[in-house]
Amino acid sequence: MQVYLDNNATTMVDPAVVEAMIPFFGDIYGNPNSLHRYGTASHPAITKAINQMYKGINAGDNDDIIFTSCATESNNWVLKSVWVDKILNGDKNHIVTTEVEHPSILSTCKFLEEQGVKVTYLPVNDQGIVEAHTLRSFITDKTALVSVMWANNETGMIFPIKEIGEICRERGVLFHTDGVQAVGKIPVDVQDVHVDFMSMSAHKFHGPKGIGALYIRNSQELTPLLHGGEHMGGRRSGTLNVPYIIGMGKALELATENIEAKMAAIRAKRDRLEDALIAALEDVMVVGSRENRTPNTILISIRGVEGEGMLWDLNNALIGASTGSACASEDLEANTVMLAIGADHELAHTGIRLSLSRFTTDEEIDYVIDAFKKAVLRLRAISSSYAKVQPTPGGEAGECNIHH
Amino acid sequence: MAKNDLLGGSLWDQYSNKVTTLMNNPQHQGEITEEAAAAAGHKLIVADFGAESCGDAVRLYWEVDPATDTIVNSKFKSFGCGTAIASSDMMTQLCIGKTVQEAVKITNIDVELALRDTPDVPAVPPQKMHCSVMAYDVIKKAAGLYLGVEAASFEDEIIVCECARVSLGTLREVIRLNDLKTVEQITDYTKAGGFCKSCIKPGGHEAREYYLVDILADVRREMDEEKMRAAADAGTHGDFETMTLVQKIKAIDSAIDESVRQFLVMDGGNMEVIDIKDSPEYIDVYIRYLGACSGCASSTTGTLYAIEATLKEKLSQKIRVLPI
Repeated sequence: MQVYLDNNATTMVDPAVVEAMIPFFGDIYGNPNSLHRYGTASHPAITKAINQMYKGINAGDNDDIIFTSCATESNNWVLKSVWVDKILNGDKNHIVTTEVEHPSILSTCKFLEEQGVKVTYLPVNDQGIVEAHTLRSFITDKTALVSVMWANNETGMIFPIKEIGEICRERGVLFHTDGVQAVGKIPVDVQDVHVDFMSMSAHKFHGPKGIGALYIRNSQELTPLLHGGEHMGGRRSGTLNVPYIIGMGKALELATENIEAKMAAIRAKRDRLEDALIAALEDVMVVGSRENRTPNTILISIRGVEGEGMLWDLNNALIGASTGSACASEDLEANTVMLAIGADHELAHTGIRLSLSRFTTDEEIDYVIDAFKKAVLRLRAISSSYAKVQPTPGGEAGECNIHH
Repeated sequence: MAKNDLLGGSLWDQYSNKVTTLMNNPQHQGEITEEAAAAAGHKLIVADFGAESCGDAVRLYWEVDPATDTIVNSKFKSFGCGTAIASSDMMTQLCIGKTVQEAVKITNIDVELALRDTPDVPAVPPQKMHCSVMAYDVIKKAAGLYLGVEAASFEDEIIVCECARVSLGTLREVIRLNDLKTVEQITDYTKAGGFCKSCIKPGGHEAREYYLVDILADVRREMDEEKMRAAADAGTHGDFETMTLVQKIKAIDSAIDESVRQFLVMDGGNMEVIDIKDSPEYIDVYIRYLGACSGCASSTTGTLYAIEATLKEKLSQKIRVLPI
């Protein structure tokens, strides 16, 4: 058996989505901006996809949902264009975000700092979320934008977007949320919360890669990131990616119809997996309360088992998971999310993320429980953290005295 | 960045078969107890390096025959990724059968070489080289415990690049001897900075005490200062062509003072050096005539030849004198 439990990284494209896309490669391939029948042939399907998108997040008719190439583009667009509109050509100089955003926010903020923008990176609490009152205290008259993710990719923790939105509205500050890990996983209603901009990505909810979107409240001003032709009203140039737009609309419809029932089904499997691992293994810790977490995500720390080593054993068992462990990433710093939530420093190198999807089966969960236990037992048998014979006096390691 | 870097490649696919095999099934994983060692009349040494909180930790066990200082058995325990476990295993194997004095010479480079499938293909990708470094450190620690000395006493040099084990002394010497001007040249000459790249400049995998960019800047500055000092010491008697601009002007002035200026002054004139321009072929000395000399007929002929001939003879054949 092979089991894919890395659905926060990307998901399988739903076969129904593939089916909806296929006619728009070979049969209906015209440029929708052309006047002739080849161009206009795709219009009904694109209109349908647009409607699916608006319905999926309950956007109003005065709002824009602009298709982009990915959420990284959407995130870059908001940050860089708010910089142009409100900082370079306005009297603001400050952006507020969090320490645990996606790299497409954090790297862009670093870039903007190099351009002279002041950026505040808010810390998260021991539940891994930013508290609204913390945010309030950092907003100033010079703040142009607040950008806070709806749900975190590593922990699945859901941020208080409604409260944050109210604070931003009160203070007259633009509010952007990276909705990538929320849209399609939990109910997202942009009329219920006050967000000015929201980034989305199709491949996180069983749509294709290479297509994302940006929700813009009330079609408000935001200088384009990509200049060019008059596509999407001139807001985002580039020939419309017709099959992918249709795929994204279909995928969002499938993910959001009866979302409560879908969430309950995924959560039942997630909780069963989580309970089984906690019951079977000592010295493990799961980050964040289940009630405030996306229903598909588990971030579990396993004392004595280094994250990349664990991924290796899971991979040998044909299970795909992920780790924020330093060893597996480009730098050797401990996982920032784990450190931010105040986890024991020792656990910061041991996080394994298991993220399910609506295609995950009970048989797969059973298989993973078994393989996961075996991997932990093997690696703990090797682990120095579980060794019995103690060092010769004088042979103890100093505190973090290795070359890292 | 180029074509081969676009995808980034899979870290694990770059591991040698030996690394993969040892990670999946380490041969020397385990512990040696005090009782077992004592029963055989051997001494047990257990040394730790690293900690779970740092992301890597290893515990090394040596059973040493005190009669010969030979490591007759060795085991390890490791908290770490695949590379850390495989290199701990290989390190343990390399220790067995060696005397403590021999084992202390094992470096992380030896461990990495032993993990290669073929001699010229690295066992692990560059960013994983650091995972084998602990092998080196824990052996020093175990040897220190056995011999009753500080582990640091085996380390007679400051290691700047842990991956390639290049010392500060070596780097400084290589930069100097080969007149290296860039970090890329240092990497070409020494391999330092060629693996995990942490030691190149701040902001890499791990914080370092020394960085290649700083070492290079320091040595280059020292070299420049020495050059200046040497030139200053040589003063106006040194090799004119290698003098600094100020020294050249001084040397020219003093040569003119000695042989030329008195004749100009006698005729109610004088001259001053305006500038000096170096090219591979010529050293052009720009001068300006003062007083009676300016406008004097011989100022562009006889007097000029006399000045130029004097400077050529005293300082350099490359000198051309150009009045402006």
